[in-house]
Amino acid sequence: MGKFSLDQVNEIYFDVLKEIGNIGAGNATTAISNLLNIKVDMDVPQVAFLTFQELPTAISAEEETVVGIYLEVESDIGGSMMFVLKMESAHYLVNRLMGRPDSYAEEFNEMDLSAIKEIGNIISGSYLSALSTMTNMVITSSVPYLAIDMAAAILSVPAIQFGQYGDNALLIQTEFGDDVKIQGFFILMPDVDSYDKILASLGISL
Amino acid sequence: MATIKVGMADLNICKAPDMITTLGLGSCIGIALYDPVVKIGGLAHIMLPDSRQMRNNSNIAKFADTGIEELVRRVVAAGANKRRLVAKIAGGAKMFEVNGLSGIGNVGERNAIASREKLKQLGIPLLAEDTGLNFGRTVELYPATGEFYIKAVGKTRRII
Repeated sequence: MGKFSLDQVNEIYFDVLKEIGNIGAGNATTAISNLLNIKVDMDVPQVAFLTFQELPTAISAEEETVVGIYLEVESDIGGSMMFVLKMESAHYLVNRLMGRPDSYAEEFNEMDLSAIKEIGNIISGSYLSALSTMTNMVITSSVPYLAIDMAAAILSVPAIQFGQYGDNALLIQTEFGDDVKIQGFFILMPDVDSYDKILASLGISL
Repeated sequence: MATIKVGMADLNICKAPDMITTLGLGSCIGIALYDPVVKIGGLAHIMLPDSRQMRNNSNIAKFADTGIEELVRRVVAAGANKRRLVAKIAGGAKMFEVNGLSGIGNVGERNAIASREKLKQLGIPLLAEDTGLNFGRTVELYPATGEFYIKAVGKTRRII
């Protein structure tokens, strides 16, 4: 068992997460910009420390359908990460990628689902490489797993991960886009020992 | 008729004609208990199977074992008879088809198993369940009838 407890989260750790969010979103923005060949701007990400009562509604109403992309984090640290996109953002990204009009909102087909996974992979990879650069650790990820379902059901996965060592979850919200804002929510879930490793690598002691 | 909402790692009781609900169960389990005679019920939304495996276990509604015990205590305190209590459960989905066995992959199944075991240990009959698979569920318990509604994205509403 690591020494880390989420109750000890302090300003410094918050700032670190915000910085990871910043760099990660910056990387993601560049990647998406190249992928879709559009100009993409990014807002400063928000880091929120939420209770389990707040988490299910942090992204949308509990029963609103959202897209969740989940990856296992491996190598120097263990854990998982999740990227959640609102449906309209997912449709927008897929339509751009597939060369369809922005208004197209039919149910996703197999190709679309693969495209979403790839977008999730690119965005998640951007965040992981930010974390890797900051901590000087080797961090790799599994293939992306996709679920399209009620927001609360998708968020039960990170909630359970965080629930193993506390009663709160950390959410990084980023917005990027050109004329249309893409709202993405990023949740990093290091396992309990990995928190210590991340903090130690950043020179933070609890 | 009022609607009582139960959050994640939360529980509450409900008396007919009111309804009690929890929205978007994923790998978590919704445990509904009710006494069909006095029409008093309760609903718990648990996240993890076993409080004894956790260092930080002060939130009793978070775990199947302590959550169910507390739910029984609360419905009995509200006037239900423990010997008449019956249960229905839903949730415990595997939201992502993760291949590895790194805990999260099968936590839904472990939650379901732990919930069944705790109910059995307390001698509360499990009348029906809708658990597993890969989709989220919203549940509603009507203590007036004992009906337990299950709603999921793209599926028709079921009653168990």
